[in-house]
Amino acid sequence: MNELIQLIVSGTATGAIYALAALGFTLLWQASGTINFAQGDFVMLPAFTMLFCMIAGAPLWLAFLATCVAAMLVLGVGFKKVIVDPLIRHGVIPLVIATLGVSMALKTIVRAGYSAEAHQFPAIFPAGQFTIAGVNVSWADLGTLVLAAVIVIALQTFVTRTLTGRAMQAVAQNTDAARVLGIDAKRMVLYTFLINAILAVVTALLITPTYLAKFDMGDSIGLKAFFAAIIGGFNQTRGALLGGVLIGVLENLVGFYWSPAYKEGVALMLFLVVILWRPEGLLGKVEERKV
Amino acid sequence: MKRSTRLIAAIGFALAAAPVFAQPIKIAGLVELSGTGATSGTNFDNGAKLAAKEINAAGGILGRQIDYTSGDTQSNPAVSKALAQKAIDDGAYVVMGPVFSGSILVSMEETRRAGVPNFTGGEAASITQKGNPYIFRTSFTQAAAMPKVARYIKNGLKAQSVDIMWVNNDFGKGGRDMIVKALAAEGVKVGADISTDPGQVDFSSAVLKAKQSGGDALFVYTNEEESARALRELRKQGYAKPIIGETTLTGQKVIELAGEAANGAIAHVGLTADAPIDTVRKFDKAFQQAYGTRSDHNGIKGYTAMYFIKVMTERIGKVDGKAFAAAMHGAKMTVKDNPGVLMDVTFDQHGDLDRESFLTKVVNGKQVVVETLPPLGAK
Repeated sequence: MNELIQLIVSGTATGAIYALAALGFTLLWQASGTINFAQGDFVMLPAFTMLFCMIAGAPLWLAFLATCVAAMLVLGVGFKKVIVDPLIRHGVIPLVIATLGVSMALKTIVRAGYSAEAHQFPAIFPAGQFTIAGVNVSWADLGTLVLAAVIVIALQTFVTRTLTGRAMQAVAQNTDAARVLGIDAKRMVLYTFLINAILAVVTALLITPTYLAKFDMGDSIGLKAFFAAIIGGFNQTRGALLGGVLIGVLENLVGFYWSPAYKEGVALMLFLVVILWRPEGLLGKVEERKV
Repeated sequence: MKRSTRLIAAIGFALAAAPVFAQPIKIAGLVELSGTGATSGTNFDNGAKLAAKEINAAGGILGRQIDYTSGDTQSNPAVSKALAQKAIDDGAYVVMGPVFSGSILVSMEETRRAGVPNFTGGEAASITQKGNPYIFRTSFTQAAAMPKVARYIKNGLKAQSVDIMWVNNDFGKGGRDMIVKALAAEGVKVGADISTDPGQVDFSSAVLKAKQSGGDALFVYTNEEESARALRELRKQGYAKPIIGETTLTGQKVIELAGEAANGAIAHVGLTADAPIDTVRKFDKAFQQAYGTRSDHNGIKGYTAMYFIKVMTERIGKVDGKAFAAAMHGAKMTVKDNPGVLMDVTFDQHGDLDRESFLTKVVNGKQVVVETLPPLGAK
């Protein structure tokens, strides 16, 4: 029983990281109808930016802050102005193709600059573990869970309790109506892109010590985040959280009780089951569109 | 008149022959520059490039420069096969790589068909068990290395049962089968038999499985990046029993990636830049000067393979792939005559090699050679 609880705790921590990346998918979709297939690379790029800052002599906290600023400029403002704004009027497909192109470009650039080899990334939480009621919990898992929870709660509070957050929600629900009410829709959409950029940096901070900094590290996290968003419901932020945690926990259970060799297929299997049984996702709502 | 005719003819021959003699010797590298084998392939490639540069600076092979070009297999057997065919079409004298066993097992069929000698960094025992007269190793086969590891587990660690964590590819499966056999021969029981995926990033459930199993030690046999991730997870979960590996576990790149988590790991290695040997020290220094980082065992594989080509080509006195392959079987190369081979080495009739090896341990983030083990043939 203790090992089951330990697997669930550890899986929830890993799932929380998937959830942070998945949140970015749902936020961008809700705010601007953008499906960003470069989301995984949006996690990879901050990892290397932090690495670059640390090689230059900056401590991790300073590297993190500097990367947050850089990410907001490049992955937030830059991505929106250069890629999304010119293409969104042509529909989802051109934008999806463009984000796939961005993904390849980012990987190629980082590979050219840092080589194809993996690089070490410092962990922000100490190694080792503690025992509580017979269950071993690592400090890293606890720290990841706490940090992810703080970010999700802060984001929820911002979106539901502040005027700007409510305006963002209004834009996400009905852009035209929001404009009629005098809301600066463009600005609200931009805020969403900025939040996505920060979520990517935090995800990079949490996942890179395990994944190691490598040019293609975003492939796995991007795919799992995408599956998590679909499983939970692409139009629900709570769905992304549920999807991420479900994948993390199930991966751990399959890895332990079946074989670690099968754990990478868990997200795909869950995705297939959910998409067949409930296409809108576990917490998603059916959307009707006029054609 | 006759004299002048002879002179003109001689000049004509010289001019005609000059481009042939000056023509570089084409050597093709099929290396993992991306994908899960990027660390291995990049090191192998860098080692080969360094040796080619040194050899060219010293006058080349039989007066001809080496033209070494490397292609990225993307750690993919199908791409490796295609690159092998391209290398043959381009007229490669010798093919170097791939490093991954799964890739060489596929690509070597092309070099065999064309009669082109092929050096590989792969360690799976099956590579040299297929009767291919053109395949040659640059490191130990698992069949040679694993008995040494099993002997250390029994006599050095006094372990009665061992858990095994291995990567599910040709390299890992081959190693797993060999260590199980070697442990059985030593009377050591195998506890948890944990298979992991190539490129796996999360080792939490694998480590928990090892912890729950209760073996006296853990044998980890995965590729470099996965080894580092496994060591970090073992450290994270507070695993306190001995962790043993073969070749990769205490490699330079693994130590760099795993950081403090690598401390205490023990491994048998066929090649290491920390070997207490003058020629290896000289190589280590040159590699660091060239690339700003230390070489792992794969860098030494690539480096020594290029020197094997030089030594054997000069020994047969011509650039002839078939004669080269024939002469390699049963060949012996000594450091005294050829410092570039770094250690005295002998090749058998299958293309397997034999030389000294080392038992290493990671202490304070550095690989320390605990013991130098003699060549198997010296027993």
